[in-house]
Amino acid sequence: MTTSALLLARQNLLAPAELDEQKLQQVVGQILGHHIDYADLYFQSSRHESWVLEDGIVKDGQYNIEQGVGVRAVSGEKTGFAYSDEILLPALTTAAQAARAIAQQGQQQQVRAWQASTTPQLYSTDDPLAVLSADDKVALLQQLDVQARAIDPRVKQVIVSLAGVHEIVLIVASDGTFSADVRPLVRLNVSVIAEQNGRREQGSAGGGGRVSYDYFRQEDRAAGFAREAVRQALVNLDAIDAPAGTMPVVLGPGWPGVLLHEAVGHGLEGDFNRKGSSIFAGRIGERVASKHCTVIDDGSINHRRGSLNLDDEGTPTQANVLIENGILKGYMQDKLNARLMGMSPTGNGRRESYANLTLPRMTNTYLQAGHTDPQEIIASVKRGIYAVNFGGGQVDITSGKFVFSASEAYLIENGKVTAPVKGATLIGNGPDVMNKISMVGNDLQLDTGVGVCGKEGQSIPVGVGQPTLKIDNLTVGGTSAQ
Amino acid sequence: MMKQPTAPHTSSANLDAGQLTDIVQDILQQAKRRGASASEAGISIESGFSVNVRLGEVETIEHNRDKGLGVTVYFGQRKGSASTTDFSPRAIADTVEAACNIARYTEADEYAGLAEAQFLARDIPNLDLFHPWQIDTAAAVELACECEQAARDSDARITNTEGAYVSTHSGLRVYGTSHGFLADTASSHHSLGCTVIAQQADEMQRDYWYSVSRLATELEPAVAIGKLAAQRAVQRLQARHIKTQQLPVIFSAEVARGLLGHLIRAISGGALYRKASFLLDMLDQTIFPQYIHIDERPHIPRALGSAPFDNEGVATQARAIVHAGQLQSYVLDSYAARRLGMQTTGNAGGVHNLFISDSGMDLPGLLQKMQRGILVTEVMGQGVNIVSGDYSRGATGFWVENGVIQYPIEEFTLAGNLKQMFTQVLAIGNDIDRRGNVHTGSWLIENMTIAGE
Repeated sequence: MTTSALLLARQNLLAPAELDEQKLQQVVGQILGHHIDYADLYFQSSRHESWVLEDGIVKDGQYNIEQGVGVRAVSGEKTGFAYSDEILLPALTTAAQAARAIAQQGQQQQVRAWQASTTPQLYSTDDPLAVLSADDKVALLQQLDVQARAIDPRVKQVIVSLAGVHEIVLIVASDGTFSADVRPLVRLNVSVIAEQNGRREQGSAGGGGRVSYDYFRQEDRAAGFAREAVRQALVNLDAIDAPAGTMPVVLGPGWPGVLLHEAVGHGLEGDFNRKGSSIFAGRIGERVASKHCTVIDDGSINHRRGSLNLDDEGTPTQANVLIENGILKGYMQDKLNARLMGMSPTGNGRRESYANLTLPRMTNTYLQAGHTDPQEIIASVKRGIYAVNFGGGQVDITSGKFVFSASEAYLIENGKVTAPVKGATLIGNGPDVMNKISMVGNDLQLDTGVGVCGKEGQSIPVGVGQPTLKIDNLTVGGTSAQ
Repeated sequence: MMKQPTAPHTSSANLDAGQLTDIVQDILQQAKRRGASASEAGISIESGFSVNVRLGEVETIEHNRDKGLGVTVYFGQRKGSASTTDFSPRAIADTVEAACNIARYTEADEYAGLAEAQFLARDIPNLDLFHPWQIDTAAAVELACECEQAARDSDARITNTEGAYVSTHSGLRVYGTSHGFLADTASSHHSLGCTVIAQQADEMQRDYWYSVSRLATELEPAVAIGKLAAQRAVQRLQARHIKTQQLPVIFSAEVARGLLGHLIRAISGGALYRKASFLLDMLDQTIFPQYIHIDERPHIPRALGSAPFDNEGVATQARAIVHAGQLQSYVLDSYAARRLGMQTTGNAGGVHNLFISDSGMDLPGLLQKMQRGILVTEVMGQGVNIVSGDYSRGATGFWVENGVIQYPIEEFTLAGNLKQMFTQVLAIGNDIDRRGNVHTGSWLIENMTIAGE
């Protein structure tokens, strides 16, 4: 039986400061009294730990405690924001005064009565860090080091890291929101360097989610990461120069979904569309991808890294269809941009911490499965690239240009996957590339839980996913020009 | 995604250096009482604000007040660290305890420990890094508006903007160790920038410019920043695609900074002792053409990378990293130094003001020297492998023929290997970009693989 998020939030965030709903109502009321359309308070406390193994020994451990409250006041398109790392009434009042100074005009409003909301339970409120003792955490890392080295004598370096966060947030807003969420997040990563005839290559694998450390001990997951990291490093030892030029590209299932995150995801965030700076601005109802493409952002999937019961404005997360059969259906919104665009919030208002402003952000973004056998997709390519692992990507949402960098890829020759090729960056234009997706597999997978998305200096955990798919033509940035 | 210089801050929780010093000493004492054989603690406060304006209106005003403290304890060769943002006596005691708890479970690492006492900074020079900006949010809004307006006025094709910003922050940091180091440094950081969108028919192109300084009066004028941002965005319009081919490439100064960054990562202690660098065992070997010299100069007054001591209290000093093309020195903290059987170079936390020699040519001179090739003004993505040196990144820039820019180009990649690229630097421009810790002009590289249409 897990404890209610709201109860935990009251105990951990409000009680120590002798704050209660009445005092918070007064603070929000004081902000609104100054011609502000909307105001919110975001209380957060988090405990974070990490353990790192290198050279066969657990040599570093870190523990971090952070807490604070962010105060936001919105007047039209203007936002005033201040925060304090002390959760105390005087500090809260000072921050509120700073934030509300933004307003020069606006309508007089009243704080709506708090609405008791039931928080969905996509994950447990239990402390994910407490499941393993410190001894067990150290033993887990040591075991993975031994396992990774035992797979192949060419493995020369193994670095294993384990990290966990337990976070409690409480959102209090002038629109009646009074909601809490308790969020676990864990991550395990194995990276190795393998050497052969003087050549050194790396491999890395990992995963996690909004679960406890137990997750890694189930279904052989931890050992699976070690095997996968070693496999990648060994494949790369034999990699030949990647081709340079435009060619068909087949992307494997799962993490290569970083394609969607960059090619369409960022461009469909509400703020860029309200400001008209995105290549997708004003294009709802238009074709922006091939008919094989249905893209969904869903923050309500159980235990996923990118999931949230409530976004950071208290809006419940949901499955949002962004693109349906190639037609642009909607944007991802927070409250501010939704209001200014006359749309509804979609549960995508997110912030890195109490010290950052909320922005429309992705959660778990994926392409729906098609009907084609993945083997058939590979067999359809005479000469091209099959890319199964990626480092990361980047997009210019205005021009639509995006890149993503393969870390494990192979040549496809006459319908068969042949030699591994060195890492190469792929570049294209979002709508262009999405329109060139000609085959979509029936093997949808979500990634293992490793994604971090950066926007305006704020990093947040996200997920991606896709089935195997084929892009008819994409520029591959290898060194081997033919 | 586009990155702006880090978030701003101004005056904080009214704590002074004396109070922070007391907290550091208290932490070190508590660690000792709990049985730590050595410990180090750092504490910092920062405050400031940033304003963003867009289309002449305020968009956001953010007030920042950050503080944090961190402690690392050693029980012999075992190590543990903890940090918190809460400075209450209770939280500080809990944090020290948490660090000690962790050290109970980590394993002995023969190289772990504080920096060797003989390398610690003794006479600490005042590098004049603290110049708070006496500006209020209203004046900052006005300045940002001036910057954005200059961009919008400079060309009719600037149809939209992502706004202009002014940010200012200042902070204070105290660092102390159980073997007697204790010092504080105050610093300030201000920036002003603008991102605009140029449009022609259906095409939209975005670009930006910014200025950053420790001293507000040394920021570039708002109007100049706005105009340059606009010019850069407009110049990107009507971008073409290019064919896949091998070509010489000029990395413009702001992009070349990244190449020096890759060099530093490859000669940093962590990459070397892990044997995860394409420049392993290259000390005293030739890695650049003979005319190239790269120096670190940590004591330049007011410079953005200046520091009297590194993150371990080790005295920083001016030195050559590359002389006449030869690698003279690695970039080490004391841990990596012990691993490698060497001496720390005072680089815990990174390098402090890096300079590369130039070939006495400006950018037009470099274009003339190249004759036919591409000028790269932006790179995208993470395709840099420090283990192998393999380099493959997305890029945007200009097609150059007969030694002059012909038209903008986009949606191509640049690929090569950094080790080879370094030996193929034909010239370095004197068009030095001074906005940051790494000072370089543009680089002309003999040959890279361009993938395009």
